[in-house]
Amino acid sequence: MARATSRNARVGWTVAAWFVALLIFFPILYTIITSLKSEQEAIAGFDLIPSFTLESYQTVQSQNNYWRPFTNSVILAVGSTILALIVAIPAAWAMAFSPTKRTKDILMWMLSTKMMPAVAVLVPIYLIFLRTGLMDTRIGLTILLMLINLPIVVWMLYTYFREIPGEILEAARMDGASLRDEILYVLTPMAVPGIASTLLLNIILAWNEAFWTIQLTTTNAAPLSAFIASFSSPQGLFWAKLSAASVMAIAPILVLGWFSQKQLVRGLTFGAVK
Amino acid sequence: MTMTFRALLGATALCATAAGIAAAQDNVTLTIATVNNGDMIRMQGLTGEFTAANPGITVEWVTLEENILRERVTTDIATQGGQYDILTIGTYEVPIWAKQGWLAPLEFDEAYAADDLIPPVRDALSVDGKLYAAPFYAESAMVMYRTDLAEAAGVTIPESPTWTDIMNAAKAMTDKSKEQYGICLRGKPGWGENMAFLTAMANSYGARWFDTDWKPQFDSAEWKATLTDYLTMMNEYGPPGASSNGFNENLSLFQQGKCGIWIDATVAASFVTDPEDSTVADKVGFAQFPNKEGVDNHGNWLWAWSLAIPTSSDAQDAAKTFIAWATSKGYTELVASKEGWRAAPPGTRTSLYENAEYQKEAPFAEMTLTAINAANTQKASVQDIPYTGGQFVAIPEFQGIGTAVGQQFSAALAGQMSVDDALAGAQSNTTREMTRAGYIK
Repeated sequence: MARATSRNARVGWTVAAWFVALLIFFPILYTIITSLKSEQEAIAGFDLIPSFTLESYQTVQSQNNYWRPFTNSVILAVGSTILALIVAIPAAWAMAFSPTKRTKDILMWMLSTKMMPAVAVLVPIYLIFLRTGLMDTRIGLTILLMLINLPIVVWMLYTYFREIPGEILEAARMDGASLRDEILYVLTPMAVPGIASTLLLNIILAWNEAFWTIQLTTTNAAPLSAFIASFSSPQGLFWAKLSAASVMAIAPILVLGWFSQKQLVRGLTFGAVK
Repeated sequence: MTMTFRALLGATALCATAAGIAAAQDNVTLTIATVNNGDMIRMQGLTGEFTAANPGITVEWVTLEENILRERVTTDIATQGGQYDILTIGTYEVPIWAKQGWLAPLEFDEAYAADDLIPPVRDALSVDGKLYAAPFYAESAMVMYRTDLAEAAGVTIPESPTWTDIMNAAKAMTDKSKEQYGICLRGKPGWGENMAFLTAMANSYGARWFDTDWKPQFDSAEWKATLTDYLTMMNEYGPPGASSNGFNENLSLFQQGKCGIWIDATVAASFVTDPEDSTVADKVGFAQFPNKEGVDNHGNWLWAWSLAIPTSSDAQDAAKTFIAWATSKGYTELVASKEGWRAAPPGTRTSLYENAEYQKEAPFAEMTLTAINAANTQKASVQDIPYTGGQFVAIPEFQGIGTAVGQQFSAALAGQMSVDDALAGAQSNTTREMTRAGYIK
């Protein structure tokens, strides 16, 4: 009896999990379906069976070269993430292992910068970019994306580092490890799952950023977010083309997420030494 | 713009002065901000022809959705950023930005034939007699209707119908059991969505947005009649869920044969008569934008996507060369030779409408010209008004105010409020915003 109940419960939970997963994935699935329709089918109404035409993909590629924004997206997402980790690992180490009275306040202050709507600082940042010659450059956007995501990176790393017993680091110090050795050879290897999931999450966040990447670029540094924005139109049908552009833009990150899901889930659900 | 580029431009400008050449254009890159629509995409495709004839100029396109483009370009131009050399803007922005000193005036030589530009379009893009943007394509609004359904229902729509004619025809053509709706109109809230249509409709009812002291007029009998008739038509003869229908949704409904009448931008005519996309391509008739009996006003809808040069551009001479090419008679002929006359950008030049081949291929040509010529954006209402603009009011605050009013009217269409409540809401909202902006003392 007990076994039957647990099996039923298991089946129930599995079905529920599938349902929730499908619900979350459905918008992406429907975007893929729409991208395989003709424009007339796309606007005609809800229909899960497309005519499997690749017409929209051809139009999108012929109208706008995909590779330039793709390269920009890769550079911005990976570059800003690596920069963020270089800054955040020492910062999180200091806060986790040598906290002061104000550490909590500093963490809260860092997070509070994320609470302001981005558009509120558009004009000052636009002017800074103009005056410093960073407008429409990859380096400018890489730095900006790094700064935008830094609070989240520091917070995530801080949480992981807190799980590592300070005694282990103390033992390393007693064995004569310098600060650099301690961070590089003791702390980092133990926090790899945490760092990996932070890295992946940050790449996804940077890849999907669609406010600054559109406002501060024209042609040279415009990433895939700007590529998508060019396919929306108030006069004329564009849903299938827009969906095709979206699929082309999310495909790389979707594939990356698929292959690294083990790391992501492990990093997000387990502590460093559990 | 890089330093190298600036240096190059400086050097070329010097050479030009020395040699007495008006426009030296060696190795200039033009960045053009534009919107995503058929005519603009076609122009991008033909850019090769321009660069072949002007080897010193490279063209880079930035295509964005209309609202993002407006936001992006406004930020750049207000901060004198100089990111763009040519902007694609409409009849709403041109007078406002020109008065701010943000746009460079355009003067073309004889060969450009500026006199050939259709007068209402040229006027809408000029401030104090100076042209600040060159029209790429222009549109007014008109009635598009199904000739087969009208015939079956035994109604005729005259060339210049009144709103009563339209209502009667819509009623006769409606058969909801067959998903056949007498009339499709915009309902989606937004200053460029439902308010474009409703402002034009209100103009044709003799209403106005503001009196000469900038006091909003939504408490007038004319606005009440406009909104009441609009809601009656939409609720009784319109498609379900009309409060979320904009241009694209109505286009799709009409192309699928679900609308008897659609009143919208003239540019739609080429879409609904295109046999590749439309199931009713050979059954569409056209008529002028309706007017209320006794009111001599056909809405005054006029929009022109136009090319302008921001004063912050470093490459104004090259930009002017491009604009002169893209808005010339020669460009129209180039499009016609590649894709046929139907594809020629409409509404900008009188000569296009005198072309027999165009008239033959585009059955909507004559009505489009009539509609554009009937539009008076300098005085959109029969009453005295302090503003210009046809289906909008050409003041910077209109985007916000128009959208807020559009939301009230869209809510009324969705059945969430009455006509009186929607008008009262619009009146108090607009009064507050106009007082805050300093128009009402």
